[in-house]
Amino acid sequence: MNWSDALIQLQYDLGAPRELSWLVEGVTYFIGAFILANAALLLALLLIWITRKVISRIQDRIGPNRVGPYGLFQTVADALKLLSKEDITPASADKVSYLLAPVLSVVGVLMTLAVIPFGPGLIGADLNVAVLYLVALGSLGIMAALMAGWGSNNKYALLAGFRVVAQLLSYEIPMVLAMLAPVLLVGTMSMQGIAEAQSLYLGPINLGLGWFIFLLPGAFLIYLIAALAEAEQTPFDLLEAESELVAGFHIEYSGMKFAMFFLAQFLNSFFLGAIAVVLFLGGWQGPLAGQVPLLGPIYFLAKTFFVYVVIQWIKGTFPRVRIDQMMQFAWKVLVPLVLALITAQMIIMKLPLPMWINYLLLLAANIAVVVVVLNILGNYFQREQVRSKRAFEPRSLIGTMQPVQSSSGD
Amino acid sequence: MPELPFPLPTVQQVIFAMIALLTVFGALVVVLAPNLFHSALGLVAAFFGAAGVYIIAEAEFVGVSQVLIYVGAISTLITFAIMLTRGMMFGATSPRNRQWGTAAIITALTFIVLWAIVSSVPWPAVGEPIPEGHAIIAGLGRAFVNEYVIPFLLLAMLLLVALAGAIVLARDRK
Repeated sequence: MNWSDALIQLQYDLGAPRELSWLVEGVTYFIGAFILANAALLLALLLIWITRKVISRIQDRIGPNRVGPYGLFQTVADALKLLSKEDITPASADKVSYLLAPVLSVVGVLMTLAVIPFGPGLIGADLNVAVLYLVALGSLGIMAALMAGWGSNNKYALLAGFRVVAQLLSYEIPMVLAMLAPVLLVGTMSMQGIAEAQSLYLGPINLGLGWFIFLLPGAFLIYLIAALAEAEQTPFDLLEAESELVAGFHIEYSGMKFAMFFLAQFLNSFFLGAIAVVLFLGGWQGPLAGQVPLLGPIYFLAKTFFVYVVIQWIKGTFPRVRIDQMMQFAWKVLVPLVLALITAQMIIMKLPLPMWINYLLLLAANIAVVVVVLNILGNYFQREQVRSKRAFEPRSLIGTMQPVQSSSGD
Repeated sequence: MPELPFPLPTVQQVIFAMIALLTVFGALVVVLAPNLFHSALGLVAAFFGAAGVYIIAEAEFVGVSQVLIYVGAISTLITFAIMLTRGMMFGATSPRNRQWGTAAIITALTFIVLWAIVSSVPWPAVGEPIPEGHAIIAGLGRAFVNEYVIPFLLLAMLLLVALAGAIVLARDRK
């Protein structure tokens, strides 16, 4: 049973005339969109609290603990503070792009929700091209960053805008190709179809543990790394490196407009985690999810929050990379790796073998390709490093850990 | 309920009108805006409108691809090109040059010809709606690797050549 069918039926039962079916459908979808959008905005309050708590614990602090139980309302207080702040528009800013950019960035992120299946039948719109739709939405974020960087009429904001676009465009390629792996396996781009395909039947009981991460761990890893970069999370958060760059392309934004970018970023990392859950971690599947429909959303949210906490864990653990390292990593490591993975998967899926041998081969190929490609690339980078060091380092010191002696002497 | 002199527009028609307005507005901004960056933003709006038209025509795949390629890639490229040409980025440039009269006449003539063609051709009526759950992309993919495999490969070659050419042009010579 679909939620929209149920809601439409309820309205007819309440006495809505049959001739006004377009109005009834409109009301139904409006209710759905209203709930999703507002729940997402409230969710952001919780997400920021989780981030602060997790990172505090990693850094041996307690974190917010004054406002409300466990400091839960700290974010509410922060939001109120941001709302009451002076709203500055730089005098020479381009009004249209400056004002439109924060809205566009939040809208682009919120539209993700339309195709995320929260449970069986609980999906905004089960598009046939949902995976492609998610990729297309990324371009909205890119446009928003460009508009914010240019519209602020600030050289630093503009440069940061360029860097955002370079990062997002580069990491979109490995992300899309990694998303292709489960799509190839299932043969559909519908998110609900992918979630349903990850069931595992033991007789009549759906264990719901046929997650694609067990078949495609390499693709999942690449997706997670690329998603970190897409969400501008550590180790790829050099765009808003607070201590060095004063927040990058939204340097000129203040008050609630700044909060909009902040919100978009937190929601984006949560939703990218949700997409990872649907594509690789079984979506709403879990033990007995088929028998008890209520378990579906619970499993889904539990997995998504788990992925979110893992992302925060990475954020609290890893140092930041440099921009040239980041670009090299995308183009010289992730793209070749994911291309090799997809090619291997295509060949294996075409082999005329029983299904379980095929699956075993897929898993083996995933691990083998990751190991082989990383080995080759590792050797290559080592040679590169040695070669570039030769330019300014005595030959005898190459490969040793000794510092270079200065030629002038002391 | 009193009889209306004209039939009420369907929901689809209303949505189409809104999308058409967005597209036309975006296209007008492209040609009339004094600032090149605003023109680029107008182009993005027009691309979005075109994607909306595809989605109304139930060609979801084409619509989403339109957003992905035109908004995601081509507009970004155009914006970069504009931003890297100093002096065009800020400040106003005139949207008109000496040839604007000629261009206006040619545009008007093209519009008349197109309008005549569109209104005189007997367009085939819409067939059955696509059955629920039927994926157009599956058929599209099959067509690409069966009937149209040679054009498809040629296009891929073209893109590869463009990519290699860009890399050759951009790398530093040693």
